[in-house]
Amino acid sequence: MPKRASLKPPAVEVERLFFSYEGRTVLEDVSFQVENGDFLAIIGPNGGGKSTLLRLMMGILKPDRGEIRLFGKPPQEADVVIGYVPQETGHNLDFPITVLDVVLMGALHRRNFWRRYDKKLRQKALDALEKVQMASMAHRRISDLSGGQRQRVLIARALCSDPQILMLDEPTASIDFNGQREIFSLLEKFNDEMTIIVVSHDMSMVMGYAKHALYVNKRAIMHTIDPHTRYQIKQQLSNRKGHYCGAEFWQDMGKKIECTTECRHA
Amino acid sequence: MLEALQMPFFQHALIAGVLIAIAIGLIGPLTMANKMTFMSGGIAHATYGGVGAAIFFGFSILAGAAAAALMAAAIISFISYRYAHRADTAIGIVWAVGMAIGVVLSDMTPGYNVDLMSFLFGSILAVGSEDLWLMALFDLLAVFAVWYLYYDFMALSFDPIFAKLQGIKTQLLHLLLLALVAMTVVLAMRLVGLIMVIALLTMPSFSSEQYARSLGGMMIFSIILSILYIISGLFLAYTYDLSSGASVILVAAFGTITLFLIKKIKKVFK
Repeated sequence: MPKRASLKPPAVEVERLFFSYEGRTVLEDVSFQVENGDFLAIIGPNGGGKSTLLRLMMGILKPDRGEIRLFGKPPQEADVVIGYVPQETGHNLDFPITVLDVVLMGALHRRNFWRRYDKKLRQKALDALEKVQMASMAHRRISDLSGGQRQRVLIARALCSDPQILMLDEPTASIDFNGQREIFSLLEKFNDEMTIIVVSHDMSMVMGYAKHALYVNKRAIMHTIDPHTRYQIKQQLSNRKGHYCGAEFWQDMGKKIECTTECRHA
Repeated sequence: MLEALQMPFFQHALIAGVLIAIAIGLIGPLTMANKMTFMSGGIAHATYGGVGAAIFFGFSILAGAAAAALMAAAIISFISYRYAHRADTAIGIVWAVGMAIGVVLSDMTPGYNVDLMSFLFGSILAVGSEDLWLMALFDLLAVFAVWYLYYDFMALSFDPIFAKLQGIKTQLLHLLLLALVAMTVVLAMRLVGLIMVIALLTMPSFSSEQYARSLGGMMIFSIILSILYIISGLFLAYTYDLSSGASVILVAAFGTITLFLIKKIKKVFK
């Protein structure tokens, strides 16, 4: 690979990536690049390998073949801070924990000698909560919150580690329309400071906010969402005229897809 | 009933009860939050293999039980990471095989007629003063481990994947937690019994989860409940000449159901 001393390497480079799980091919010959400061949406059918790809980029999974580089280095060696936001599934709500303690998990690796969080870290966590407009909830038990609020707390937790790349796995899967729009406009704001990669199945949000969309179904195809389309769709979303019908997008790509109920009413 | 307090064996049992309650109250909430109840059951039953081996080969029962419990903890921790999707099957095997080894070895020991049931269901007569020192020592160790690794355990319990991304050695922490369970099981064995100790790990934690606001609060609440259950169970066992473990468990079950209903009723009238 030619040295590019003056240019910052891309945030993520994936080259000829193969991955299989228990004998089943999940990803096949996947190559793409994510520039620093990009807002990438990973889309595609369920079981198509979207979340797997995200986990490979985070370094939780290792590829069978091919290469992944974050700012020019493999995920394990790169000292890149990734802010990971899992899907809010409410699977662990019985566990008594406050909002602040959840957010502080983003600073686990910066605790002091006694493995405690000092004042500065607590302030940082409160600042992160402020950014997602949840500071007033800091001392509530996490189970007292709504699904959308909990998802924002998980975003604050990722922000608390000062990430260079924010990676989100279906952050709006179980949230109503307005909650989704709020989360995506927050992400758009954070995009000024960091690269954002979000797995989503909601085409209207993706088309309204992302700069690129990577369609993943074993193989991957990168699409650019032009600013004009993005602007138009965002306007539609803010007027709440309804969802952009995913079907139109898939038709552009020569795919057939069933229209969701929401789309048909739109 | 009060004359019981003058009996040295009963005094020992009471002190042991409080010391065990401290360990159980600290470790129980963590095992429940990490869905380790079945794993703990596996460890407790496999511990019987160590008891049988100690009787057969003639070494200290406590040492045999501790070795078997720690070994079972290591095996179970390894399996649950390496073969996560079939972990429950494998734990079931460890559970039964450990128990079977214990039974066969004690069958093969000629002329041995100590009441083996007391290892399974507990006895108020069984606690000696050297046991108390060991329990106190372990309590100190458990308090330190839980205090020092408090936020690590909290992260492991709430979101292990995120904890791992933050550089927490989750697999090691999982093993440490199971080792703490193993030692708790061994020390509680004489008073509460191997089979009964599992219910005592879960019931106070279950109640405290509904009332506490934090992991620390949950532990303190669990300790208080465990002390109440164990002490009243012991008095019951003394008064009516029952197995101490079984009495404690029935008291605990009564308390747990009552606390659960109170919470439910409160919700309805809110």
